[in-house]
Amino acid sequence: MSARERASEVAAQVRDPEMPMLTLADLGVLRAVDVERKPDGGEVVVASITPTYTGCPAMATMRDDLVHRLNDAGFPRVEVRVVLDPPWSSDWISERGRAALHEAGLSVPGPARRAAGPVALTLGPVRRALACPRCGSAATRLVSEFGATACKALYTCTDCLEPFEHVKEI
Amino acid sequence: MSDDHGSIFDGLIGGDSAQWAFGTGFEDPLAGVDTTVPGGVDHAELAAYCLMLGDDALIMSQRLTEWCSRAPDLEEDIALANIALDLLGQARLLLARAAAADPGVLPALPDGSPVPPEDALAFFRGADGFRNVRLAEVPNGDFAHVVVRLLLFATARLALLERLRASADSVLAAVAAKSVKELTYHRDWAGRWFLTLAQGTEESRRRLLAALGGLWPFQDELFAAHPVELSLARAGVGVDPGAARDDVAAVLDQVLAASGVARPDVAPLPGGGRHGTHTGDFGPLLAEMQVVARAHPSGRW
Repeated sequence: MSARERASEVAAQVRDPEMPMLTLADLGVLRAVDVERKPDGGEVVVASITPTYTGCPAMATMRDDLVHRLNDAGFPRVEVRVVLDPPWSSDWISERGRAALHEAGLSVPGPARRAAGPVALTLGPVRRALACPRCGSAATRLVSEFGATACKALYTCTDCLEPFEHVKEI
Repeated sequence: MSDDHGSIFDGLIGGDSAQWAFGTGFEDPLAGVDTTVPGGVDHAELAAYCLMLGDDALIMSQRLTEWCSRAPDLEEDIALANIALDLLGQARLLLARAAAADPGVLPALPDGSPVPPEDALAFFRGADGFRNVRLAEVPNGDFAHVVVRLLLFATARLALLERLRASADSVLAAVAAKSVKELTYHRDWAGRWFLTLAQGTEESRRRLLAALGGLWPFQDELFAAHPVELSLARAGVGVDPGAARDDVAAVLDQVLAASGVARPDVAPLPGGGRHGTHTGDFGPLLAEMQVVARAHPSGRW
């Protein structure tokens, strides 16, 4: 296995600090892992990550976790770079990530809306085809489009009455 | 830190950063991003433009942050904090972009100060160095006030950044593409609350109309182009805010019509924020935002 493959494997195992049921790779924020040779002859692992939201306060933790895990795995020199383009989309959450979210009692995002021109205003209630992650009922009510982290909305199931979080489409 | 107990913390910080929850050394938020300025673009103009966009977000974020623990219920408190955080993230990238384009915009700090450029811009500029529009700095009022302010602010910023996605500057284009997704949530949140308050009780409608009448006059400034905006719009880097005016009016008319509210007939207030001329309420806002950072110009956070 090459150094790059080994480093990629280690980086892909690092978990998201706010949704620890997901790895950074499953969340889609780990964009690339490369090994670069520096002018001094040493090798540096370069991991590229992208924020889910621009103000995401977990970026520094993600960066430190990547550095520590790669250091522990025998890569003493690690650089973490921020990639802004293309912007993160909830569509990038992997199938395994979606299964892990559901398993943890979170509602999985539907397809993100794509818009090149002006974004249409939505004044009515936000309609998503989603089901309560606990009882499976489609009878749910949006409580707030903003939840405990920037990437989640709050819902209540009107059948089993349990509140739950929905990872927003973006 | 430069005070007496500084040495203790210096010792801690100098050690293994693993002991800190968030590590130390919050380096450049644009680390690894290509910050080359497109050919033919004046660095000082690009920096000034980034300050305008960044300061709008920063000051609006600060006013929204003042709402923390004061909203009518927990969900809306969290919503306002979320929106403030998104805008703070946008501000951080834009202020970092301004400093990268023209380090001349940075205020002076003591030699060896570890304060990163975007923090230096946020915490160590005087009021006349800020380029935000006045709508962002107006003191908070009641809940209707923050709904109306956010509707006007987010609708205009969204229309502007939708266009900025095509910027020849790759950083601005990337920040705009990301921010558009966030601002859509902000605008639609404000639009829905506008509708709710308009159709709620007599009292909620009365408060909404009062806030609308009071804030509407600040709108003109949002579309009055600064020479830097016009120059960069010609270069394909910036956007002439005047070009977004019709789009903004169309969205606001949609909200007003759905709410059964007439467009206010009030005279516009003078602007000046883009030139560093602010209202009397801006000083106290800055004082609160900057006091801790200014007390420790060599502090590490």
